[in-house]
Amino acid sequence: MPVQYYIFLSIALFCIGIMGVLMRRNAIIIFMCIELMLNAVNLLLVAFSKMWVDAGRVDAASAQLFVFFVMVVAAAEVSVGLAIIVMMYRNTHSVDINILSRLKN
Amino acid sequence: MIHLVWLVPFLPLLGFLINGLGRRYLSKPLTGIVGSGSVVAAFVISLLIFFEVRTPGFTPQVVTLFDFISVGSLHIPFAFQVDQLSALFLLIITGVGSLIHIYSTSYMHDESNEGFARYFAYLNLFVFSMLILVLGANYVMMFIGWEGVGLCSYLLIGFWFKNIEYNKAANKAFIMNRIGDLGFLLGIFLLITQFGSVTFSEVFEKVPSVGADSGVLFAIAMLLFIGAMGKSAQIPLYTWLPDAMAGPTPVSALIHAATMVTAGIYMVARSNVIYSLAPHIQTIVTLVGLATALLAASIALKQNDIKKVLAYSTVSQLGYMFIALGVGAYTAAVFHVMTHAFFKALLFLGSGSVIHAMGGEQDIRKMGGLKKWMPITNFTFLIGCLAIAGIPGLSGFFSKDEILAHAFGYSPVIYGLALIGALMTAFYMFRLYYITFTGKFRGTHEQEHHLHESPGAITFPLIVLAILSVIGGYVGMPAVFGVPNLLAEYLSPIFAPSAPFLHAHHLSHSLEWGLMGLSTGLVIVMILWARSKFANYTDNGEPSTGIAKVLENKWYVDELYDAIIVKPLMVLSRFFQDVVERSGIDAVVNGVGSAVKWGGGRARLLQNGQVGFYIFAMVIGMIVLFVISLFL
Amino acid sequence: MGIDMIIFTVLSAIAIAAALGVILSKNPVNSVLCMITCFVAIAGHYIMLNAQFLFVVHLIVYTGAIMVLFLFVLMMMNLNADIEPQKRNWLKYAGAISGGALLLVLVAALRDASLPAIQEGGKTDIGLVSNLGKTLFTSYVVPFELSSVLFLSAMVGAVVIGKK
Repeated sequence: MPVQYYIFLSIALFCIGIMGVLMRRNAIIIFMCIELMLNAVNLLLVAFSKMWVDAGRVDAASAQLFVFFVMVVAAAEVSVGLAIIVMMYRNTHSVDINILSRLKN
Repeated sequence: MIHLVWLVPFLPLLGFLINGLGRRYLSKPLTGIVGSGSVVAAFVISLLIFFEVRTPGFTPQVVTLFDFISVGSLHIPFAFQVDQLSALFLLIITGVGSLIHIYSTSYMHDESNEGFARYFAYLNLFVFSMLILVLGANYVMMFIGWEGVGLCSYLLIGFWFKNIEYNKAANKAFIMNRIGDLGFLLGIFLLITQFGSVTFSEVFEKVPSVGADSGVLFAIAMLLFIGAMGKSAQIPLYTWLPDAMAGPTPVSALIHAATMVTAGIYMVARSNVIYSLAPHIQTIVTLVGLATALLAASIALKQNDIKKVLAYSTVSQLGYMFIALGVGAYTAAVFHVMTHAFFKALLFLGSGSVIHAMGGEQDIRKMGGLKKWMPITNFTFLIGCLAIAGIPGLSGFFSKDEILAHAFGYSPVIYGLALIGALMTAFYMFRLYYITFTGKFRGTHEQEHHLHESPGAITFPLIVLAILSVIGGYVGMPAVFGVPNLLAEYLSPIFAPSAPFLHAHHLSHSLEWGLMGLSTGLVIVMILWARSKFANYTDNGEPSTGIAKVLENKWYVDELYDAIIVKPLMVLSRFFQDVVERSGIDAVVNGVGSAVKWGGGRARLLQNGQVGFYIFAMVIGMIVLFVISLFL
Repeated sequence: MGIDMIIFTVLSAIAIAAALGVILSKNPVNSVLCMITCFVAIAGHYIMLNAQFLFVVHLIVYTGAIMVLFLFVLMMMNLNADIEPQKRNWLKYAGAISGGALLLVLVAALRDASLPAIQEGGKTDIGLVSNLGKTLFTSYVVPFELSSVLFLSAMVGAVVIGKK
């Protein structure tokens, strides 16, 4: 099975994530779309890892560890990001990101 | 001794540094001792060098201190050339310089401590620059000194810088000199491109190979002569010199009579090979010198400022020197430089003594009868006048007669005109003498009460210079007297290379005696005429008319320059200021500013605070980057 | 078409459909549920790619922890009703078009890339805990320790922000 299939799947997921970020104003949805993009990259990393293992490389486990670290960072990011969104909701009673543009004044 | 020649310019430089840096701390006597002492010491060394140079079999020596410029194949060493010409100029500069320094210690005594030290610092710097000028072994060194003396001249003319008129005079001198300096500089560049060297010995060796009367030599000689015109105050660049009398009188004596203004003569004499090979330039030099001599002499006839008369007299005498250079009588020119240094310095210092006694008054119509109060000044001034008028037995007679004799050999017409100039010289000098020193005193009572003979520091240089003015001529007696011409023999090695290219005109002895008798007789007639006219001068206060008025206004040359050069230049400058600057350059600068401001105002709208828009822009950017990197 | 190809196609279809559901559904709770579906499909891909450990971690961290956290926050804010005011339409289309353009560009760029194919069978133990653990605690021990510091600071940050 060509690795291109996984690449295209990842691209599709990534672009859907980008579209979501661009089209929605709900901060939580945007946040989820970012997670979706991270996962698209993770999937690609794992696919490449498998590809190189089959090609005979012995150090291909690194790619999977990168996915692991991405998950670590994502978890940390989510904890802080959600805290910020909660704060924002508490102050404005909304999760509309355009409300935040009030910051410019 | 020759290898110590660097001490000669170094000592005045040291004096300049001490006086210049310590001007706030040194007392007046100390300043005077440092200032004068350094020049006197330089004079002593110059004297020793001179005697060494005079010994038979001496060959010119070059003392190289260090490599000044070394670019590609061009090497310009910082070197001093000691030969007959430079040794003679060393003597004149340090000798007259020492006397004038001593004179200045008394003349400038009313200055503040700091002004006194500043004055001596400038004067020492001038002597240093002048020595560099004459000692340099190449044209670049000469140019360094050339610029240095120009700077010092500017500083000293504007010494009393609180007077706006004096500052204007200083600016005028500086700018006029700048025109000449540009010519000199271009001449040096042309020398470099043509000969690949600026060292005197190398250039003069290669000059004959270019061929006489060639265009390149014409251009080089003309450009160098333009430089000489500026520095030596020849038509059309002479108008700065009379205005330069704004400086202190000893400065006028040293810089604007004895030394700096003769730099042009020195340069042409030094480059005699080039000029001898460019006969058309020689004709131009002769005509310019002649025109200057006549014009300045005619102006001097009607001037009433004691220093202005002497200034125009200086311009006129410089004209004579250029006549001599033009007709190929280089020795005569250098001879006249020497004698002129003596008697013109004497006359200036004498006028300084008079001005000192008169409490700063310079108008001769307000003087008169000063003989009674100032016997030494009167006597020495009289000797100076006799010398410059050309009375037999005094130095001016021998040098001027030699020039006139050579001019006759060149062309009797030029001789005739030069003789008229010489007669005018005699007339205006004795007009000056009689109005100032004889008759009744015409000043105020206060001034009359104040009149006194000047102190020793002033009269001593006067006496020494008077003696030199008398005996200075005997080193260059014409052949008809049957005495060897010491100066011509001494200088012959310098001018030997150009001798083959000159057409010497030997006058018969009887003709020379005749010319001498003619000029002497006419000069005496002139003196007696001046005596009858001005011995009992009274100022009738009537405004002069006709030609006298034109002469009094200096042929309106300043006005003419003002109208044809200064005014159009001012109009042009105003045009540039009002139109080009304001609506051209300013508009561009302000336009750039407002364009950036306007663009910033528009671009600011991109930062609208909408996160969605930022991400959108980011994605667009990503797409563009991908397209560029992957498909282009 | 082998069994792996069938599984791949099915999982991919589920993942893309669920991802589209995330961005298109009006109710945020539905979005979260779609997201969970999508993550499960991706986890299935991990199994297919012999990444057993990542499969487990992915399920636990993403599906179990992160998405539950999202759901929890949504519930707490009571955002189940669609309170989102609509964006201006042109911006919505611009977003869709630019995302689609990126998709096209990337696909076009990588279509002809020559890479080794993924084979059936082969080495299957690369994604096991023992293998990854060895690599993690030898080559990547410093990033691992640093990530613990990151977690600590993230925790402190979340507490500080939340307490205000």
